[in-house]
Amino acid sequence: MALQAIAFYLMATVTILAGLAVVFARNPVHSVLFLITAFFSAAGLFVLMGAEFIAMLLIVVYVGAVAVLFLFVVMMLDVDFSQLREGFARYLPIGLLVAGVLTIEMVIIAINVALHGAASKNATPQASLPDVSNAETIGRVLYTDYVYIFQAAGLVLLVAMIGAIVLTLRHKAGIKRQSIPAQNARTPKTGMTIVDIKPGEGISE
Amino acid sequence: MIGLTHYLTVAAILFTIGVFGIFVNRKNVIVILMSIELILLAVNINLVAFSAFLHDVVGQIFAMFVLTVAAAEAAVGLAILVTFFRNRGDIAVDDASVMKG
Repeated sequence: MALQAIAFYLMATVTILAGLAVVFARNPVHSVLFLITAFFSAAGLFVLMGAEFIAMLLIVVYVGAVAVLFLFVVMMLDVDFSQLREGFARYLPIGLLVAGVLTIEMVIIAINVALHGAASKNATPQASLPDVSNAETIGRVLYTDYVYIFQAAGLVLLVAMIGAIVLTLRHKAGIKRQSIPAQNARTPKTGMTIVDIKPGEGISE
Repeated sequence: MIGLTHYLTVAAILFTIGVFGIFVNRKNVIVILMSIELILLAVNINLVAFSAFLHDVVGQIFAMFVLTVAAAEAAVGLAILVTFFRNRGDIAVDDASVMKG
């Protein structure tokens, strides 16, 4: 039990410090790397609760895809990030005020829900059915009760993929491209000309 | 003993950090997108914590759908960002008022 507590406090501290570093880092590349750290330690928290499948999904989807996408974009865009930080000090006091109020409110609600809500009856986390693994528990529900929503999630991803491609696609003018119909329609008649050259003269097109 | 309160508190603090990041980095749209990812991560921690402590797997299913939507949102947001950068040469969202009627 003590080991579990140590693991929890370690993961929670790293998650929160990495989250703060995402917001405060001067270099956006560092922000992305701290975001990866936050996702990793949050995945550790999921493992502590017994939800291994979601934890691995978080690493594969967020660290493997989303964070790398962020890294690509940050490195691809040639932006002066220092001038984007102006106004940071101006919004800091109001930001701290809102953040403080929000934290206090949400922690009070969390404590009340955890101590008096429906979840207060169970003292230990149990993320899967007693006799099967976590992935099988999820699969049994996901592919039966939630199969239409599962399909809809696939549709969301398809729409997002097409949208991202359409948004970033561009046709530059002046680039030579192959035209298969034009090539196939060529005949010797249109493709070449016979020029009668007189001796001693050059040829100019 | 680590209970539901601990996980919910971590999620609440992470959510607040995300909101705070949107407040203070109002010009840098990349950091705003990353703050949104932090907020969605906090939501996921909440969903999985309730799922584990209620002994009900449905919360984890919902966390998966939140993950899906977050990935789609990041892809489309970054695509819009790249297009915006191509058209304007910078990404300061303060100046993004070209659509003002």
